[in-house]
Amino acid sequence: MNIVRNHILISIDAGTLMAGARAVEDALIKELTKYGLDKEVSVLETGSLGITGRGVVLVVYPEGIYYADVTIKDVPELVEEHLLKGRPLKRLILTEAPKRTIITKEKTGLLKEQPRIVLKNCGFINPENIDEYIAAGGYEAIAKALQTMTPEDVVNEVKESGLLGRGGAGFPTGLKWEFAIKTPGDEKFVICNADEGEPGTFKDRLILEGDPHKLLEGMLIAGYAIRATTGFVYIRGEYSLSIERIEKAISDARSYGLLGKNILESNFSFDIFVKKGAGAYVCGEETALIESLEGKRGHPRNKPPFPINAGLWGKPTLVNNVETLANVPEIIRNGAAWYKGYGTEKCSGTKVYTILGHVATPGLIETEMGTTLKDIIFEYGGGIREGKAFKGALIGGAAGAFIGPEMLDVKMDFINLREYAAALGSGAILVMNEDTDMVDMLKSVLHFFKHESCGHCAPCRLGTAKLVDIIDEIAALKGKKEDLERMVEITQAMKNASFCPLGQSVSLPVSSALKYFRDEFMARVS
Amino acid sequence: MIKATINNIEVEVKEGTTILEAAKKAGFKIPTLCYHPDLKPKGSCGICVVEVEGFPSMKRACMTELVNGWNVHTNTAAVRAVRKELLELILANHEMDCPTCIKNNRCELQSLAATLGITTLKYKQSFEKKNLDNSSMSIVRNPNKCILCERCIQVCEEIQTVNALALSKRGSETIITDAFDEGLGNSVCVNCGQCTVFCPVGALYEKSDIDKVWEAINDPEKHVVVQEAPAIRAMLGEEFDMEPGSLVAGKMHAALRRMGFDAVFDTNFTADLTILEEGTEIVGRIKNNGKLPVITSCSPGWIKFMETFYPHLSEYVSTAKSPQQMFGALSKTYYAEIKGIPPEKIVSVSIMPCTAKKFESKRPEMKDSGFQDVDFVLTTREIARMLKEAGIDLKDMPDEPADDPMGQYTGAATIFGATGGVMEAALRSAYFLVTGKELEDVDIVAVRGMDGVKEAEIDVEGLKLKVAVAHGLGNARKILDKVTRQLEKEGRSEYHAIEIMACPGGCVGGGGQPWGSDMAMRARRGETLYKEDKSLPYRRSHENPSIKLVYEKYLEKPNSEKAHHLLHTHYYKRNKIDGKVVQE
Repeated sequence: MNIVRNHILISIDAGTLMAGARAVEDALIKELTKYGLDKEVSVLETGSLGITGRGVVLVVYPEGIYYADVTIKDVPELVEEHLLKGRPLKRLILTEAPKRTIITKEKTGLLKEQPRIVLKNCGFINPENIDEYIAAGGYEAIAKALQTMTPEDVVNEVKESGLLGRGGAGFPTGLKWEFAIKTPGDEKFVICNADEGEPGTFKDRLILEGDPHKLLEGMLIAGYAIRATTGFVYIRGEYSLSIERIEKAISDARSYGLLGKNILESNFSFDIFVKKGAGAYVCGEETALIESLEGKRGHPRNKPPFPINAGLWGKPTLVNNVETLANVPEIIRNGAAWYKGYGTEKCSGTKVYTILGHVATPGLIETEMGTTLKDIIFEYGGGIREGKAFKGALIGGAAGAFIGPEMLDVKMDFINLREYAAALGSGAILVMNEDTDMVDMLKSVLHFFKHESCGHCAPCRLGTAKLVDIIDEIAALKGKKEDLERMVEITQAMKNASFCPLGQSVSLPVSSALKYFRDEFMARVS
Repeated sequence: MIKATINNIEVEVKEGTTILEAAKKAGFKIPTLCYHPDLKPKGSCGICVVEVEGFPSMKRACMTELVNGWNVHTNTAAVRAVRKELLELILANHEMDCPTCIKNNRCELQSLAATLGITTLKYKQSFEKKNLDNSSMSIVRNPNKCILCERCIQVCEEIQTVNALALSKRGSETIITDAFDEGLGNSVCVNCGQCTVFCPVGALYEKSDIDKVWEAINDPEKHVVVQEAPAIRAMLGEEFDMEPGSLVAGKMHAALRRMGFDAVFDTNFTADLTILEEGTEIVGRIKNNGKLPVITSCSPGWIKFMETFYPHLSEYVSTAKSPQQMFGALSKTYYAEIKGIPPEKIVSVSIMPCTAKKFESKRPEMKDSGFQDVDFVLTTREIARMLKEAGIDLKDMPDEPADDPMGQYTGAATIFGATGGVMEAALRSAYFLVTGKELEDVDIVAVRGMDGVKEAEIDVEGLKLKVAVAHGLGNARKILDKVTRQLEKEGRSEYHAIEIMACPGGCVGGGGQPWGSDMAMRARRGETLYKEDKSLPYRRSHENPSIKLVYEKYLEKPNSEKAHHLLHTHYYKRNKIDGKVVQE
């Protein structure tokens, strides 16, 4: 076996690809070959390193030095300095990196370190190589489940772990699985909801791009647990790299006998198929997703019946989010008790956040449930850019809540946030500095909802349009004080009478914006 | 059983009962808009929301089943506020020209605004004005009135399985349109008009010929004759606030005469003629090993459906024209000759419970008299509007018979208007045509009633005639698919004759019926027709003296060359994209 001196892991995700990661990769290999270093230094592709908006990002091991904004022009210098002469190239080093990327396998309690469960392999392994996933302990969990556990054991383990669904609503995953196992049916389905559409959220994308086999393993375990035969990954159509990687992962897993008939020589047979979404936000809602998967217009269905009773083609169907399923292999491998060591009493485990907006280092982090918003923004996110003051944040995407500085000390988890009329939602944290115009912020949120309302129910279809009319007037200084009351009346009607969570949730950004930033709205109306 | 309270009143209902139904039982009417008793609730409008204790948001009464122990509140301040807010939003997006709207006084949105006590408008009207869809010969679609309740889509998709209408675009831009947004006239729409019956507002209605008919009546040079379909006599009364199912045959003839028609005939006359032509065809095909089963051809919605979706069965469909078109052809030949009126001066008007009849009358082949056989088709709703304009109240009319020689009819003709009626009438005469004897018990109850598909077997002196009846095109598909399979597999079908009507309930449920009816009302109208059948002196088509006369004087005998020329037709193959003829 060839021993290499250095590994260069280059982040290949949608963002870095646009910044020219592949060209940098080619240049690196060429340059290394020039110096005859190509046998000593290997260049590997990996998923996202969790850093966004900083061009091409790569990390050099064993030093663990992160470089950002690397261009082809920088390559000769980088190779010569760091890899030939052993002197890290200071001008490109990502100084914030260590804070954000120390990964602990054991719980250390150190705040800046990220206890990574879901993103454990992201940025370490080549996502397109199934052997690397297996080398990192991959597919051990499904083997353990198949060989030592009954489906009921698996369900109990997940139930015991306290895992709450990471799609936004925080429904107990184990309970959902228990319903699924108890529902009689000759054929059952597992659907992975990878239709990530919440603005500012790209956590699922990075899992799909960075560690696709982990998701497949999670689906396999879910399939075994509920006695399903077929799984579908319903994936956002714009996620071309994710689609490519998940499709490759499925094909590799099939060739290894990890998908298909009699997996690992057991009686369990399961296969997974990819279905691309066509771009409607509402298809992230599980029943609309199922309609779309059936080839129909993506409109939500009435509940009950819930998908678990009558889902895809009327059969019992388990729908779980990407992040939820990516937690499962670690829970099965390490046990529920280990998992409960992370997070809070009512909300165990970790959460993947996308931090964006006016923070110093926007990107993706994984941290324990119960971390305060302050720590997420100021420690992981590096605080507010350019020394400005923090004004507020929008938590959980467009369907989330605005908060003000008084909420910074709130512990972030699904259960706790409910008490503050907020929601963890998708885990997107959009940070705003003192210069942010809150009317403008709410305006863009409402335009988003108007654009994405599916049109099925009158409250959402007409309510979102009317809210846009009103906020446009307010933003143009033509609004009246009564308009603020109108907005509340409309969102109240939408909350109570909208057919699905899309319309119901619009009251959250509106009421929270008016609660925390009322003065700013009052100053804009006559 | 489920025990719960509604507005603190205890109710006990069967499992599966919706809050809406349970509330009705408790004495509370929850307002609705998109809900229709004949359709699966879609829950698009949200008007019927109620509060259920313990739930953070309201629930739709139309589609939420009551659960044991629930305490439901249908009339709280919060509920009323939400309903009003929603209705305000809907009204702001609806073209409100109520006094001039076709649906004025019949509009469900209008009456809901009154029910909810909306007297001033909170929001300005704000919708982008779109063009009317005038492309169809039968139906007009006004997207500016559409409230997207989706009833039209549901009836077109679930009941009729035509799928001509669908939602397009998204969010506030959502519209209901045909597949390629080329207009209903360029779609697979079969013109059945069920969408116009289910539409709660004035967004879907028949293409009107009222002005042209008035013009003809007022023209002293024109001789305007009128025929009324069998079902009209069981539904026209509703337009004049008479009890649903009132029989108004005599009043109808009197009213039309007073309106100014030069001759008031009756489609029932040609319904009897149809039986002789079609019955002879059936008997002929049985005797000569012809194509079986014979499928009826009276319903023009069904004919276009067949041409589009089941063209391989076109040879099985009877070549007999529908009663409307037989009447049209005879009015400009037989009647013109007897009366000595130049046929070009005759204007032939028909009153139909149907929108597809407008399309049928304009089919290019329907010119066997040398002129367009039927000039104008009016729906029940249109003739009611004209009578009202003329100051004629049907209730005040005496009973008068229709004019000779095309006004006399039998009970067999009158039941054409109900599902199974054509089959029953055909069997009454086929028995005679085969055996030369009269069928003693003319009531063939097996083919009556509102079951979607009905079957019967009649013993015609040893010959077992197996027949089937389907109404509503979704039901038609069931029997046609079965026949197709049988023909493919065994080369023959178990049926000798099949009656198909495009509309649920048959013509009494036609697309031109009065607004605001449901399946229960359709059934009542059918019963009215069976009552008239029982009361008439002749109950077999071949007994009609006027029919004997027309053969004697003009047509010679059923299926004669002349009869074939005037009373029979042929069919096309249509494509499944725009419904246009692809093969002669």
